[in-house]
Amino acid sequence: MKSAQNRLGVDIGGTFTDIVLETDSGQFSTKVLTTYAGPENAIIDGMKQVCEKAGISPGDIGQIIHGTTLATNALIERRGAKTALITTEGFRDVIEMRTESRFEQYDLNLVLPEPLLPRQMRFTVPERVNARGEIMIPLAREAVEAVVDQIAEAGFESVAVGLIHSYLNPAHERMIREVLAERLPDVAVSISSEVSPQMREYERFNTVVANAYIKPLMASYLGRLESRLHDEGVDCRIFLMHSGGGIISIQNAADFPVRLVESGPAGGAVFAAHIAARYGLDKVLSFDMGGTTAKICLIKDQTPKTSRVFEVARTYRFKKGSGMPISIPVIDMVEIGAGGGSLAHVDSMRQIRVGPESAGSEPGPACYGRGGARPAVTDADLVLGKLDPDNFAGGSIQLHAAQSRDALDAHIGKTLEMDAVEAAFGVAEMVDENMANAARVHAVENGEDLSEYTMIAFGGAAPLHAGRLCEKLGVERLIVPPGAGVGSAIGFLRAPFSFEANRSVYMRLSDFDDALIRELLGELRDEATGFVRTCDEVSPILAEFKVYMRYSGQGWEIPIELTEPQAMNPDADTFLARFEEEYTKLFGRTVAGMDVEITVWSVNATTPPEDVARVTVTDAKVAAKAQGTRDVFDSAAGRFTKANVVERADLMDGHFVQGPAAMTEDETTIIIPSSRFAIRQPDGCIDIVTGVANATTAQKGA
Amino acid sequence: METRQSRVSFQVMWNRLVSVVEEQAQALVRTAFSTSVREAGDLSAGVYDTQGRMLAQAVTGTPGHVNAMADAVAHFIRRIGRQNMFEGDVYITNDPWEGTGHLHDITMVTPSFHNGVLVGFFACTAHIVDIGGRGFGADAASVYEEGLYIPIMKFAERGEVDETLVRIVRGNVREPDQLIGDMYALATCNEIGHRRLIEMMTEFNLSDLDEVAEFILENSRRATLEKIAALPQMSAEGEMTVDGFDVPIRLKVKVTVHEDRIVSDFTGTSGLDKKGINCPLVYTKAYACYALKVAIAPEIPNNHASLAPFEIAAPENTIVNALHPAPVALRHIIGHFVPDAVFNAFDKIVPGVVPAEGAGCLCNFQVSLRPRRDAPAPAHARRSEVLTFNSGGSGARPEFDGLNATAFPSGVMTMPIEATEHAGPVIIWRKELRPDSGGAGRTRGGLGQYMEVGAMEGHEFDIQAMFDRGAHPARGSRGGLDGAPTTIAQDDGTPMRVKGKQFVPHGRKVVMAFPGGAGYGDPKARDKAMIRTDLARGYISAESAMRDYGLSETEIKAVQDAVSKGEIV
Repeated sequence: MKSAQNRLGVDIGGTFTDIVLETDSGQFSTKVLTTYAGPENAIIDGMKQVCEKAGISPGDIGQIIHGTTLATNALIERRGAKTALITTEGFRDVIEMRTESRFEQYDLNLVLPEPLLPRQMRFTVPERVNARGEIMIPLAREAVEAVVDQIAEAGFESVAVGLIHSYLNPAHERMIREVLAERLPDVAVSISSEVSPQMREYERFNTVVANAYIKPLMASYLGRLESRLHDEGVDCRIFLMHSGGGIISIQNAADFPVRLVESGPAGGAVFAAHIAARYGLDKVLSFDMGGTTAKICLIKDQTPKTSRVFEVARTYRFKKGSGMPISIPVIDMVEIGAGGGSLAHVDSMRQIRVGPESAGSEPGPACYGRGGARPAVTDADLVLGKLDPDNFAGGSIQLHAAQSRDALDAHIGKTLEMDAVEAAFGVAEMVDENMANAARVHAVENGEDLSEYTMIAFGGAAPLHAGRLCEKLGVERLIVPPGAGVGSAIGFLRAPFSFEANRSVYMRLSDFDDALIRELLGELRDEATGFVRTCDEVSPILAEFKVYMRYSGQGWEIPIELTEPQAMNPDADTFLARFEEEYTKLFGRTVAGMDVEITVWSVNATTPPEDVARVTVTDAKVAAKAQGTRDVFDSAAGRFTKANVVERADLMDGHFVQGPAAMTEDETTIIIPSSRFAIRQPDGCIDIVTGVANATTAQKGA
Repeated sequence: METRQSRVSFQVMWNRLVSVVEEQAQALVRTAFSTSVREAGDLSAGVYDTQGRMLAQAVTGTPGHVNAMADAVAHFIRRIGRQNMFEGDVYITNDPWEGTGHLHDITMVTPSFHNGVLVGFFACTAHIVDIGGRGFGADAASVYEEGLYIPIMKFAERGEVDETLVRIVRGNVREPDQLIGDMYALATCNEIGHRRLIEMMTEFNLSDLDEVAEFILENSRRATLEKIAALPQMSAEGEMTVDGFDVPIRLKVKVTVHEDRIVSDFTGTSGLDKKGINCPLVYTKAYACYALKVAIAPEIPNNHASLAPFEIAAPENTIVNALHPAPVALRHIIGHFVPDAVFNAFDKIVPGVVPAEGAGCLCNFQVSLRPRRDAPAPAHARRSEVLTFNSGGSGARPEFDGLNATAFPSGVMTMPIEATEHAGPVIIWRKELRPDSGGAGRTRGGLGQYMEVGAMEGHEFDIQAMFDRGAHPARGSRGGLDGAPTTIAQDDGTPMRVKGKQFVPHGRKVVMAFPGGAGYGDPKARDKAMIRTDLARGYISAESAMRDYGLSETEIKAVQDAVSKGEIV
């Protein structure tokens, strides 16, 4: 019988499509290979599997929440629609000229990424709005019609409209949309004042172009998905995860598909935020490490940190500036090229370098025995005893340590005069150091001290490296939740309905206009709330207010959260006090004598977070029975130690394992360093803390 | 097992130091007030050992500051004296000859103490908005007119900021709050680096950096020397001529590859200019070194040992070795041409590596707006200074086209025009690529760009032009054609000069076309498909396709038809 309790989370990733079904009787999950030609096929297949496991039929599902990398992949692989841009005369090349800089200073043969649309697909109209939002050159309808004629002749399927200062005055963009709708009703239209009403033309134009570029593809996919699910008997609403960590309706998703970019990783952050809520943790570092990349995100007060702009499709070693900027609300994450498949080599300074090049799944690391000759992080993990060669991926892949050693010898050891173990140690230390550095820089940028944080680790390779990462970062507590292999899909089921509306309007505190602020924030709240209401007709909707402020003259705004009373009864003193508070937190001091300005206004409308039952945390009570021991390299000590091996599935609440230990499960292995011990908590999480398990409460022999 | 730990940990620590200085630079980008730092990345940050040898430098930053700041710390040690260095000290200078080339760069150095012992230094440099004097421009006749000079001295001693210095600075500059804000930002960024260094030393139980420094410098030296040893040991000369201010300037350089070093000798280069486009040697060296390093050892990070083998010589009071009190405010103009001159020589030593000439110096201009004076100005009219950074095209590479409207050799970024228009009552009417400006060739020069600038109703303005390549466009290489020259005029046709402060009356616009990069190789040998793509995109006109590349009328028509049908060519 159809029940609101039966909820399905679906995450289409690059390799696997993860499906999680939650019912009254529990959680059921599966992984199926992503079917690129028709991604909905994998979903149907996976859905049937989990329904069968749960003993329900597709018709019993009450809600489906879906996230996908399809939007991201379409941008990376340039598989979008035939798209045109209409822009202001004099600014045809904004998306091509970028920031006029080189993201790598020391490469004479640097090639800049091509813009999504080549120059002949970018058209201009004579018009101009100034920085106060006033029209300086009115747009003539005939001029638009002339361009629309060209667009019609060329047969474009989708059109992006991006005009200078349109975030202040959208009249001309709307007029172009009207003309297009009249003359070419079948062409999809995206306008920048709706898709991303933010100052900075390069980011805004690129965002609207990206939206237009993937719109027909995503609309068609979502339509197909809906009807296929219907054919299978599904009779419930489908929602989409967006990059900001909430869910929106399928119609909003089809209108603003660019908001779906990075929805998978956003689900992972929501998953970690939910674990944080269970444990009542206010400062959490989420660490997701897979085959090719690692993602790091700060979660404060059980809410992932968000940002207004990010970069997709980086073309050059994940280097900042080598991709394209997308300005939409997004969970703020650092992604670096560090995963189990990341390849290691020695550079001309005799330094070991790891990543971002990856062995992928074919041929994979040398230890897969599929012809991979270069050492990957997984090879180092194997040589250091962190992985059991006979029990990798639930025993489905036999690992070959000898080939790992050969690869490490040939590519690292020979040059540096190290044996395979020392080379493996070096590779593991460098990849852990790279991730630690990324986390440190991210924390500093946010004025945070990681020693106060708890790490939540998920993704296939994370549990192998998280312990060492905590040592490097001075993080004392590490939690490895169950179901970490399908974390994003579980996260989808925990996400609220939400929509964030942003707008750029400059205001100096010396020209503080409270009436304008009330009107602006009121409009943004109505807009954001409207989107959420289409998803959920009954729940209360909360509005979260945020403004971005800086000293006049600075180029970097900092986000300032406001309470509803602070936002809706605005006064300059409160705004200044809040700004100075946050500025001091980030940079240690304020600057006397400078005017302060507000640049961006934002309202996030969201349904309230679900009540999360707190876990009653248990102490270490009973020492878990080890199945045996094996030699595992302890990086902090720089030597092998005799580690207990335990099976995660055998542990009961309160069972503990003193490090050094290796805790095995089907999907991965948790490495517990000598400095720490692990306790199994009642919700199945493995809770790893520094020190020695308290022997007085511990009893022997479980 | 001890050695196993320490060998790997040296690798880890080197990696960590690179991350530390990157954090230091990012902190500066986020707290600085100067447009040039926060939007354009005109800054530098690094960590040094107790002898003042640079160990690591942030990749964020621009090459001009690299070598210059690398040498600066040694000057601070000499001037301040080790016995006068205390915990909590911060040192400062804007000395063009001991800092990074002009008064507009403030360099700050902080000694790093661990357990009461000096273990190293952090330094950072930022280009600030205003330092008083005549304002940023080439119009001064000596450095005395270019602004306030701060000799190497203490900004803070044992944590106490020198308030006398602060008051003198405040009294001498146009935007005192911003400048003081920037000085604190520089001090803060060093402090962030220091804290992270101490954390690292605690983690690895170090009492000094000596062994780490040796490890870094030895590996860098060896790697750099291997690269140099692989080159033919010979000399070659390069030269080029650029506009200068009133008289053309000749840059001449002889590059000699020795077994273990490369010397760039600028004998034969023009003498000092009357205006502030002269270049202190330290800045010339920075760009000469950049040119050679990017050509032969791009992957080796900048530090004392990797920079040391690149030596420079230039007679005193040539334009590339200007001595005090020559005016040097716009030293970047000559500095940015140094790589093209060095490439010109290097191409004769190792052919097929370096690009043809490009736009060279950044196409920067500053607009000083004020209420109109020829008629009553509206009440909202105000004074404002707006500085913009823009780029022409880079030179064609042996295997790739030049980059369109992209800074080279400088590493700075442009600002969004929407941000520029919020900074003052200025209007940017046009900023887009300039077709046909890239020199034709087997590989094509990068396109320059058009810009048009005016003021909001009720304002008039002065434009401080800092352009070059008006009379001396980028020269083609191996049969490639020249790039297009810089042009500048008012929209009614009134001619303007490529350099200097010039008045623009109410209602007028300045129409500028920035230079393209030069082509490389015979245009007729260019791949047909690439010519068609260039034509379809409008990088080249139909006339150029026919004249320079030999495309037939039929072929041109086919491309044009395809474009109107929306086909990708």
